[in-house]
Amino acid sequence: MLPERMINLLILGLLLAVPLVALAMDEPFIITLATKAAVLAVAGVGLNLALGQGGLVSFGHAAYFGVGGYAMGILASHAQSYTPLMEAPFLIEGTKSMLVIWLVAIVASALVALLVGALSLRTSGVYFIMVTLAFGQMLYYFAISWPAYGGEDGLSIYVRNGFPGLNTLDPIQFFGLCFAVLLIVLFVVNLLNKSPFGLALNGAHQNEERARTVGINVYRLRLTAFVISGAITGLAGALFADLNRFVSPTMFSWQTSGEIMVFIILGGVARLCGPVAGAAVYILLEHVLGGLSEYWHIYLGAILLFVVLFAKGGLVGGLSRREVHHAG
Amino acid sequence: MRRSNWEIMMTMKFTALAAAALAMTFGNAALADAHSGKVKIGLITTLTGGGAALGVDTRDGFMLAIDQAANDAVEVVVEDDQRKPDVAVQVADKMIQSDKVDILTGIVWSNLALAVAPAANAQGKFYISTNAAPAQLAGKGCNKDYFAVSYQNDNMHEAAGAHATASGYTNAFILAPNYPAGQDSLTGFKRLYEGELAGELYTKLGQTDYAAEIAQIRASGADSIFFFLPGGMGISFLKQYADSGIELPVIGPSFSFDQGILQAVGDAALGIHNTSQWNKDIDNPTNKAFVETFQEAYDRLPTLYAAQAFDTANLILAAAGQADIADRDAFRAALKAADFNSVRGKFRFGNNQHPIQDIYVREVIKEGDVYTNKIISTILTDHQDVYAADCGLSD
Amino acid sequence: MSIILLIEQILNGLQFGVMLFLMAAGLTLIFGVMGLINLAHGSLYMIGAFAAAAGAAATGSFVLGLIAALTSAALFGALIELTVIRRLYARDHLDQVLATFALILIFSEATRWVFGSFPLFLDTPAFLSGTVTLPGGILYSKYRLAIILIGLAVAVGLFLLISKTRVGMRIRAGENDREMIGALGVDISVLYTMVFALGAALAGLSGALVGAIQSVEVGMGEPVLILAFVVIVIGGIGSIKGALAGAILVGLTDTLGRTLLPVLFASFMDPSAATTVGSALASMLIYILMAGVLLFKPTGLFGSA
Repeated sequence: MLPERMINLLILGLLLAVPLVALAMDEPFIITLATKAAVLAVAGVGLNLALGQGGLVSFGHAAYFGVGGYAMGILASHAQSYTPLMEAPFLIEGTKSMLVIWLVAIVASALVALLVGALSLRTSGVYFIMVTLAFGQMLYYFAISWPAYGGEDGLSIYVRNGFPGLNTLDPIQFFGLCFAVLLIVLFVVNLLNKSPFGLALNGAHQNEERARTVGINVYRLRLTAFVISGAITGLAGALFADLNRFVSPTMFSWQTSGEIMVFIILGGVARLCGPVAGAAVYILLEHVLGGLSEYWHIYLGAILLFVVLFAKGGLVGGLSRREVHHAG
Repeated sequence: MRRSNWEIMMTMKFTALAAAALAMTFGNAALADAHSGKVKIGLITTLTGGGAALGVDTRDGFMLAIDQAANDAVEVVVEDDQRKPDVAVQVADKMIQSDKVDILTGIVWSNLALAVAPAANAQGKFYISTNAAPAQLAGKGCNKDYFAVSYQNDNMHEAAGAHATASGYTNAFILAPNYPAGQDSLTGFKRLYEGELAGELYTKLGQTDYAAEIAQIRASGADSIFFFLPGGMGISFLKQYADSGIELPVIGPSFSFDQGILQAVGDAALGIHNTSQWNKDIDNPTNKAFVETFQEAYDRLPTLYAAQAFDTANLILAAAGQADIADRDAFRAALKAADFNSVRGKFRFGNNQHPIQDIYVREVIKEGDVYTNKIISTILTDHQDVYAADCGLSD
Repeated sequence: MSIILLIEQILNGLQFGVMLFLMAAGLTLIFGVMGLINLAHGSLYMIGAFAAAAGAAATGSFVLGLIAALTSAALFGALIELTVIRRLYARDHLDQVLATFALILIFSEATRWVFGSFPLFLDTPAFLSGTVTLPGGILYSKYRLAIILIGLAVAVGLFLLISKTRVGMRIRAGENDREMIGALGVDISVLYTMVFALGAALAGLSGALVGAIQSVEVGMGEPVLILAFVVIVIGGIGSIKGALAGAILVGLTDTLGRTLLPVLFASFMDPSAATTVGSALASMLIYILMAGVLLFKPTGLFGSA
């Protein structure tokens, strides 16, 4: 049994070490896998803020993941074809700069989260789960049938977007960038969790009545958390799109929402690095089991079922002593 | 096969570190000699989840040709794309980076092909399509390393339009799902259809209930129906249409009348005319042998997807016999010459490296207990897609 | 659009709604009594359709296929209740969502493993094929009419079961107070297994009925499941009455939306753009409806807080 801080360092150290070893062995694909794990971990950390800390079981985070992805796809495709996004009333050009794209992804997904959250947070419990799921589906159908940006075909971006001073097409450099983003996100979320805001959020999760009686506006508190959560997942979406150099409506699908939740449960709910461990394990399972059998989803389902039923707390919970309170 | 794949991935070591990074960026001419003479093919297709039936047939048709050739110089790795574009991109990355394949092939769906093929070409790999052939890759976006052995996506729909015109229909009702392939299909139909339209409808992708659309067809006064509803959507539509009591002639592209699907539709499909560039009754020795050996090997009749994959594998095998993959220009020329025995009989590529071929009208019939197709006429001869003119490649 | 066509579309909407009700009723019943959110409900729908197709193919009888669907869905329902679901009652919704998500993965791939990747064949029975002429000269599919009648009969049956029988009394007691029902000496675990199997059987029935006019394939359950969620959110979770009202509302909105919206847009837009935009909006319409209902009634039309 180890303290959680040690486990977190261990997880992040492993995630950093794998691509470095792969680099030495000249296995660029393993670096790509590690990058995917880091990017999906960012999405999971985003959801974990709402789900773990706030107890808001959103089954529609694919919406923000997709909005972030499309922010990248739309801006980069306009830059790729040298056509402006809009000309009147003022000119907006596409861009291939990751920094601008990230900013747009964060703002756009935060706005969508604000709209969805404002409506969904009027409900609670199982209503909230289903309503967020339904809003995710709504965006999914919109993305498929909206012809301007490829519909179901999606958008291909032929060259990865640029970041000052880096060759983003080099797998290890792009991994480094994504890993740095993950660290920054973890740092910010950790600060948030320990701030009065985070404590109040967790307090409202444990006991909503008590939070109200001490004068906390629970609705506004949760909405803020939901928006930040959506924005982080949106950022992950933009990174994911850049990893694949491709966006499509599948980023909006309910299975994507489900997978992001699975990262959290595999790693450990409300644990800072739970989603990181979960995403890494998920990617590993996908590739090991996928190599064993065409029907690997059966094994994946069985493992997931086992973790939910018998291994509460996930990986991080299993390795550490400290109990944390669970979403409810 | 998949297992050894994993092992290769874990153990393979290449020397030039810098070259690998460079290869990722600009293609890996430097690494091509690593297995000179040996052709390595990456087959990416849908083996799990919805649509797996088409991927399984693609793989089986492809591997049948590979097994029959028993050529040690050709190696195939197979991976599942789960019908997800992001998974397809990652599998392609893995095949290019770890397995060091020379050729990618096998993707069933246009949206996945659009995610994979241009990127593969940019990294200096051949992409040879067994099925999906979207317009974007046939015209201005054509590429010297991209080949479609199957067709160009619009071909079947154009043929259906031509058949509607030839049958004397003047007031057709047309419908397709509201997504790019659906919009392209209705455009393709209208290209060679000369009559009026009684109605034009876009349905939701994945929709399973067509009662509302069928009611509109009934009320429209149409004299015929054209629909493009791939997979389960087509099965649902046909069963509900048969149940509706409307008796207008129906025309569709082959996708909804495939060997795999027909058994699930049953009597509802009997007598329907559909357009295809292949059928099991095309009379040539290659096709006969293909249908027979496929049945022996897998105990079912082959679908269009299996036939196209079989042709693709034979095209690659023929090219590998004529040129060394290390000499990319020679290998490309050998591919383009398409000197192989096709199940379609004659086969040649146009300037944009999509086939110029005959397209047939088939009718759904019942042979004993099995629903299948028979060819009733040739509707388009030596047909080439309209996008070829925009492609910068020459013959 | 003529009046006859409009009436026919309303019937279509009603039929779609009734079909959704069969799915939603099971979901909402299970939630109302056990407090469980069950994503695997769509898998039970799929099992029903596959069992019906296999049963009908083996015996040549649609009715026997239907019975096979009901029994196998109920059996699988009872089986997963006994092995997995009952461990989840005391858990939070997150665990329930994830465990039943895992069940979807297992069921879908196992079905594909057993039945293969190709869709199965299931046809309407001969005595229900073809059309019937309704008053006013409307031609309508006999089979769809039968679905409407079966669905309404199930709705009435459920009302009677819950309001008039001993089992129903226990179900109502369970909805109101889970502890009290235990105190009454009712063997609660048997009751829960029965309720879950009943919900599963309804899903299986729905899958079998729909399978005859749609494609019987792996993955057919999930789109319906999500629609059923929308239905019970609109109707109020746990309320059978709400499920019926919500289902019919969703069925009518979806059917009328996708036929009327493109026509509406065509009155002021270029026709081909109107079909695209109209269809795009139609595919989102029920979610907009749901959002609208929640704005005014956050617990749905018949839900209690």
